[in-house]
Amino acid sequence: MAKILMKGNEAVAEAAIRSGCRLYFAYPITPQSELIEYMAKMMPKVGGTFLQAESEVAAINMVYGAAGCGKRVMTSSSSPGISLKMEGISYIAGAELPCVIVNVQRGGPGLGDIQPAQGDYFQATKGGGHGDYRTIVLAPNSVQEFADMASEAFELADKYRTPVMILADGMLGQMMEPVEFKTPKTQEEMDELGNQHNSWCIRPNEDGDKKHHHEINSLEIDPHVLEQHVNELYEKYAVIEDKEIRYESYNVCDDNEVLCVAWGTSSRIVKSAINELKAEGKNVGLIRPITVWPYPYEAVKNALGKKVKSVYVFELNTGQMLDDVKIAVEGKVPVEFWGKVGGIVFTPAEIKAKLEACFK
Amino acid sequence: MEIIAKRPESLTKTPFTYCPGCLHGVAHRLIAEAIEEFGMTNQMTGVAPVGCSVFAYKFFNFDMAQAAHGRAPAVATGMKRARPDMNVFTYQGDGDLAAIGTAEIVHAANRGEHISVFFVNNAIYGMTGGQMAPTTLPNMKTTTSPYGRNTDDIGFPIRVSELIATLIAPYYIERVSLLSPADILKAKKAVTKAIKYNKEGRGFTFVELISTCPTNWGIDPLKSRDWAKENMLPFFKVGCLRDKGEGVE
Repeated sequence: MAKILMKGNEAVAEAAIRSGCRLYFAYPITPQSELIEYMAKMMPKVGGTFLQAESEVAAINMVYGAAGCGKRVMTSSSSPGISLKMEGISYIAGAELPCVIVNVQRGGPGLGDIQPAQGDYFQATKGGGHGDYRTIVLAPNSVQEFADMASEAFELADKYRTPVMILADGMLGQMMEPVEFKTPKTQEEMDELGNQHNSWCIRPNEDGDKKHHHEINSLEIDPHVLEQHVNELYEKYAVIEDKEIRYESYNVCDDNEVLCVAWGTSSRIVKSAINELKAEGKNVGLIRPITVWPYPYEAVKNALGKKVKSVYVFELNTGQMLDDVKIAVEGKVPVEFWGKVGGIVFTPAEIKAKLEACFK
Repeated sequence: MEIIAKRPESLTKTPFTYCPGCLHGVAHRLIAEAIEEFGMTNQMTGVAPVGCSVFAYKFFNFDMAQAAHGRAPAVATGMKRARPDMNVFTYQGDGDLAAIGTAEIVHAANRGEHISVFFVNNAIYGMTGGQMAPTTLPNMKTTTSPYGRNTDDIGFPIRVSELIATLIAPYYIERVSLLSPADILKAKKAVTKAIKYNKEGRGFTFVELISTCPTNWGIDPLKSRDWAKENMLPFFKVGCLRDKGEGVE
């Protein structure tokens, strides 16, 4: 299939539709407006449901209802709206429902601004809503990857009956790049791998089975039952941590003295700086977490090799993934951080200057 | 031996968790009987709220979702949109529906979602221990209005049925009470009509059921009904506000 030039917001929407998503509930917010508008235009053409909800809170609860019926369903928003969705995401995690949530991050806190930022890392990877739960979080760094992650997110959601977030930002949402759409696994194909959705979802009792009674629920009033439920959730999360970690190693080699760690939009800029330094004979490696939960701690640790003297973390926030890098590095070498906030995006020249200082 | 009364097939055998004298059980039974009457037990699904009826998902004998506080109409919207072939209702109290869930109920009604909403109004939060609700009457004492509801400070009770009736889309809106056997028979007609319209895919149907809370009102069950008749019914007048099927606009 030929490549199409598309904005990230449109590409992820198109990819979701191609992944069999026929239900989409959302509320308008910049800088993800093209996503909701694309869905408004395309869902009726494929016989799907587009519904502009009265609020982010309502949208995520509509997702809860539709996901509870075992259907592929998505919502999207940007940072302030994602905060409102956190109540529902906690319920979805508790009730073990599959769904996809796209966050096209903007500057914060509060209303912040509408420029690209990575300030929702803590919220996305450390829970966000109340209670003990985790969300699989995929962090793209190109329009192509943003689109690919739609199908990957639906597959992971179906596989583990868990909410999956795609954590992009205003840059990836607004930027146009060529994109090629892949053929994702259908819900039926995912069913064959384990979670037969008909075995748990809300549906009519078509066979008139007298014992049929499915409940979509996160309430367990007996503390011992809730304890068991949360423990089972964590057993599931342990499997995800074991099997689903994704990351990219870029220019990681034995003679790296400096190792960078960056995710999403930041990682592209860091790559440009690494390329320029390489042309000057300075080898800097990069570990780019693609899943920011589960986090590739081992990959960061292993990339230290024998020669790395310092690790440099670059983010469009004040240092959030930094904490995970420090956990991975285990104090073996110093971990430096530099970031930009407020929707200001750093340049390759700025990153290069920071890295050059490590060689002095 | 002839069986003249039995549990409707739409209710499970799980014992209700309600206080003695509570009317939730009556409301559940009316809904269950209507569902059975139309042969919809295997086609119906429901959404339980947060509040005393939070465990409604255990009591109805078909698939149920339990929703976050006030969000039942949004959850029901997601369910009905995902499975238009399925019938969906929500069961909500006044704290859930008329306070934290105001946006969700107004907009589900405004969209004319093809769901039924059964709204039990007893003018108080029951599950959390008797706090003031949006429907608490003027000067009524609760644990969070210990000196009585001061309308200068916190406003007047919300008449939700009338509020919903300002919208164009809803198909059927009626307020009934559960305060006497005669009232319950009238309530049954309203509940049955809502379920019938639900089955026929007519649109959004809303039945408000005036109820009591003997435990948190601190009044015995029979006197609670008298109290509600004297105090609630003058403010929350029973009657049909909209019935497009019967030409009542």
